[in-house]
Amino acid sequence: MRKITDMAKTAACLAAAAVTGQLLDSFGFVNPYWVQIFQLGCIMTISALGLNIIYGFTGLFSLGHAAFYGIGAYTAAYVMKSSGGESHLLFLAALAAGVACSALVACLVGLPVLRLTSDYLGIATLGFGIIMKVLFDNADGVLPILGGARGMTGLAKMTTVAWTIAVLGIAMIFVRNIVRSSYGRALVSIREDEIAARAIGIATFRYKLAGFVIGCGLAGLAGGLYAHLYAFLHPSNFDFFKSVDVLVIVVLGGLGNLSGTLAASFGWILLLEVLRVALPPGYMELRWVLIPVLLIVTMLLRPQGLFGSREIRFFRDGLDS
Amino acid sequence: MILSIENVYVYYGNMLALRDVSLHVKRGEIVSLIGANGAGKSTVLRSISGILAPRAGRILFNGEDISGLPAHKIARMGLSHVPEGRGVFANLTVFENLEMGGYARRSDLEVREGIEEVFSLFPRLKERRSQMAGTLSGGEQQMLAIGRAMVSRPDLMLLDEPSMGLSPLLVGEIFDMIEEVNRGGVAILLVEQNAFAAFSIAQRAYVLETGHVAMHGDTNELRNQPGVQAAYLGVVPGGG
Repeated sequence: MRKITDMAKTAACLAAAAVTGQLLDSFGFVNPYWVQIFQLGCIMTISALGLNIIYGFTGLFSLGHAAFYGIGAYTAAYVMKSSGGESHLLFLAALAAGVACSALVACLVGLPVLRLTSDYLGIATLGFGIIMKVLFDNADGVLPILGGARGMTGLAKMTTVAWTIAVLGIAMIFVRNIVRSSYGRALVSIREDEIAARAIGIATFRYKLAGFVIGCGLAGLAGGLYAHLYAFLHPSNFDFFKSVDVLVIVVLGGLGNLSGTLAASFGWILLLEVLRVALPPGYMELRWVLIPVLLIVTMLLRPQGLFGSREIRFFRDGLDS
Repeated sequence: MILSIENVYVYYGNMLALRDVSLHVKRGEIVSLIGANGAGKSTVLRSISGILAPRAGRILFNGEDISGLPAHKIARMGLSHVPEGRGVFANLTVFENLEMGGYARRSDLEVREGIEEVFSLFPRLKERRSQMAGTLSGGEQQMLAIGRAMVSRPDLMLLDEPSMGLSPLLVGEIFDMIEEVNRGGVAILLVEQNAFAAFSIAQRAYVLETGHVAMHGDTNELRNQPGVQAAYLGVVPGGG
């Protein structure tokens, strides 16, 4: 009973947040520029939560997260654009297609590469990321609508504030419930000691694959939202450096810490924008000196992530508590 | 017979690690496997629990051929391997570690009961139930690893060097606990370098030398064999 009322309460809060956000935006109470940055923060959080499941909880070092983000983005964009519609129901279907496609590819890639461990897995996923970038660059050879290296333009601007808040909320609940369940603990036990996990009867390979597929599915979901935020896609949005961005966020926020991922995602996006405004014109590239310095300092001061092992209340209580 | 290994050959790549190894464990027995570094003791345990697959030979557990089965399936059949270096989940609490012990095999109720049993056997774990396992001392981690294996109520427990890195006093304590676990009806195959400690609780023992069983028999007999005394018990031939 308590669980049901809790769930209703969470759903009500989520709906209220989405509606409020949407109203603030629609009536022009907030600067559209900041709205877009907020939305980008939400999208980044969804993707980073996915990588946190993969790397933070299951311990699978992946350097190809942006590729799955891209697969979701292009798939959703393809569904939306080729059908020509602009209804929200269609957008939902497009997002679902993006998630499904990312998850499917993750499964096919995971079957061979997840037999590797640590650094070797990192190299294999890095290779996959580079292959995907090349495919995105040349995708117009097969499907002209995808635009290839010229980019994909003319997408419907479907990603409203309500959509971003709602999807982020659902993703947060979903991820929390997974990692706080016994299933999530099995993932952590694989990260801690794979041999011991097998010795207590966990089918480690199947769990690793499932964790990888779920994490990549979340990246695909984020990609679908991203595609319909700016109405423009370019392969350079999904290259190796974008994978590193997500990795930095997850490590900065703390491996296996959800609150940290949330804070670091928004912090990262905000920092990029603040520096864009604060730095004098012509010195923009100085960002890539300042940010790494900040990273080094943060890692020296808080190697365990921003929050250590503390979580905000929302992320603390799982289904079984 | 709960476990019997028949003419097993194991390779690491092209390197022969176990040559024609045969051994058995009877129900309720403590059997020890001793040998020098690199003799293949851990390899024997790893091939029993399915972490390695033997290239030839058979491994029977409760009469069923388990050679080549994946490790998690073997664990579910009631064979618990406590790996070398303990393998506790450092960033989970003591209680969560114990819960994971019953993850694949037991119902929630049985897990609770199993954990209560472990707590009554190892009260120190109860005191530290919400502490992260990585912050425990070496001896406590060993207790936890054994306790975690107990929660799944195995028929056979494989222990890989439980005395490693522990003070002599703690070794005694851990070995008392192993005997206690055994009294509860769990057969035990104990790998040890500390032959003296192992012989004190095992009824029978096998001596492994460069991947091959060199000797086996009752521990009482082996104890008096000059070769075993010199190599594993630190008794100087002809001395005092």
